[in-house]
Amino acid sequence: MNEKPKSRGDLLFSLMEKFTPIIAIIGALIISSAIILLIGEDPIQVYKMMFGLAIGNRDGWGNVLFRATPLIFTGLAVAFAFQCGLFNIGAEGQVYVGSFLAAFIGFSFTNFPAIILIPLTIIASAMGGALWATLPGILKAKKGIHEVIITIMMNWIAASFTFYLVLIYKAPPTEAMKAANMPQMIPQTSEIALSARLPRIATLLTKLNISFPSHNPLNVSFFIALIAAFAIYYLLWKTTLGYEIRAVGFNRTAAEYAGINVSKNIILAMMISGALAGLVGTNEVMGYKFRWRQEIFINLGFNGIAVALLGKNHPLGVVLAAILFGTLSYGGALVNIYTAGKIPRELIMVIQAVIVILVVVSDEIIKRILLRRKSIQ
Amino acid sequence: MIENIFRPDFFASAIRIAIPLTLAGLGGVFSELSGVVNIGLEGIMLTSAFAAVAATNFTQNVWLGIAFAAITGILLGLVHAIVTVTFKANQTVSGVAINLFASGITVFLSWMWFHESQIMVMYKLPFWGFPIPNPGETTPLVRSLIIIFAHHSPMVFLTIFIVIISHFIIFKTPFGLRIRSVGEYPQAADTLGVNVSSMRYISVLISGGLAGLAGSFLSLEQAHYFVKEMSGGRGFIALAAMIFGKWTPFGTFGAALLFGIGEALAIRLQGIYAIPVQFINMVPYLLAIFVLVGAIGRATAPAADGIPYEKGMS
Repeated sequence: MNEKPKSRGDLLFSLMEKFTPIIAIIGALIISSAIILLIGEDPIQVYKMMFGLAIGNRDGWGNVLFRATPLIFTGLAVAFAFQCGLFNIGAEGQVYVGSFLAAFIGFSFTNFPAIILIPLTIIASAMGGALWATLPGILKAKKGIHEVIITIMMNWIAASFTFYLVLIYKAPPTEAMKAANMPQMIPQTSEIALSARLPRIATLLTKLNISFPSHNPLNVSFFIALIAAFAIYYLLWKTTLGYEIRAVGFNRTAAEYAGINVSKNIILAMMISGALAGLVGTNEVMGYKFRWRQEIFINLGFNGIAVALLGKNHPLGVVLAAILFGTLSYGGALVNIYTAGKIPRELIMVIQAVIVILVVVSDEIIKRILLRRKSIQ
Repeated sequence: MIENIFRPDFFASAIRIAIPLTLAGLGGVFSELSGVVNIGLEGIMLTSAFAAVAATNFTQNVWLGIAFAAITGILLGLVHAIVTVTFKANQTVSGVAINLFASGITVFLSWMWFHESQIMVMYKLPFWGFPIPNPGETTPLVRSLIIIFAHHSPMVFLTIFIVIISHFIIFKTPFGLRIRSVGEYPQAADTLGVNVSSMRYISVLISGGLAGLAGSFLSLEQAHYFVKEMSGGRGFIALAAMIFGKWTPFGTFGAALLFGIGEALAIRLQGIYAIPVQFINMVPYLLAIFVLVGAIGRATAPAADGIPYEKGMS
């Protein structure tokens, strides 16, 4: 049967299918407006403040991209697993373990030169994440146990485990703390070696005589995230492994009949996904705080789920979605400060959840309209 | 050593720990038997835990707080049903979105309404059953039995009642048969005139209501306060209990008791040996993983579990 030439309506709807995230974002902003109105604030003013402050100047942009960086990693982690038909809710735990391992290498091998220590620390952070994702991968591949429950359990175990580790490798109290006889309130590790730190973008730009606020936390990890996004794109669509992983994700049984080793691909996909999540350590540990402290990482993994869905599980989409969420996150924090806490920053989490629901719902609606039109023709 | 652990109050606390897991697990049973995976149990528990505290403090009535928690659960269940049954979107994604929403909205509202992140509850349900007799008043056996079984919050007895009723509904009534049929073979059920959508709607709403009760138990009865993320993965442990319990009410209750004993044991052991508290905190989650590995080969999910029903497609 010959393909009929597409009508204008078909084109419109298939175009809309690509842009359901935009519909979802607008819908979420409207629903959030209702919430803001309920609080008794003016939504237009809030949004103006949120976006104006976040992306109105170079410092704002730097902060937005800095906040987008970990979300690119965790978004890629979730998106990559999705391509293999796996739902990795465990990015949260993989972030904890990967970034802790990075910090551990960073403060342990202080006499190594940067040329060795930086790559080593980056690898450690990926390895830690991959390690934490291996068990859910094996249990899924060999026993068929749903990865969602196992990865959630692994998240809680990771939170306790890394908290235990941070108490063991706690930084010694500073002179000021000793003098005041103050215990450490929030346990954190020692700082990583100077030779394990990634340069800030501000340092690089000042060398090029471009003015950029020196306190801005944006660092080289952002470029590592972009490279990772490209690498994942290449891996998924230009290599045999990527083809196999997508085949398993598309139809496990068919992939098996085609001679693809399904369990090998599931385990590998989980490990790569975990490695991506672990790389968050490059931004928060190697580029920002230079030490490990649990609270820095909270919710980065979960937000990665929203980023992946909004980005339609495509690396480019993930980068764009991460930048949007980076804007919301930084803008939300600023609004919280400027309104003296009247608008809690958790509003952002509500917006994110609404976006997720609207993305999946509008996807399904458009898919259904397209199907119906096809069956009528 | 052992006799210091396995005392009557140990078993009583195991039962209390099992209650929210049982209620949420039963929610999972109803939802999944009808063919809808409900990962959102965790978020429903969390939101309801908050709703229970807020409503109790506003109305000064614990029972109203519990009712309000159940209603909150049903409303979130309704969202899940609309997204997954009407729009046939990915059930796991919808559940995850509910969990994200719950984490945000609870903290958001506790700041808005109470201006703090931890909200205390001033009101308590009275204990039901017999007062605990002083040692020597009765025989030790009677005293132990009273401590274990007959001196609890009304919600403990309510939960056991719900377990029995659920078993009856699911396995002994036409309504239960319909729920199971739309989860097992919706095409056949549809042909026989069962409305697949409405059966799934009802099941997911029941599931939300039960998870809501579970949440109210967490905040009102166990903690006596609400604090962010207090559900702590219990919604997922409840799903593990449901799987280990082979999607049956009594099985789920039994598995939940197992988790209760495990967690109570970990707490007691910590008092005796110097085990770091972080490892004690891991116990329920490790136990869940072991239990799931152990359940493999024994437990099979309903055949159409997680698959949206499309009329005219098989």
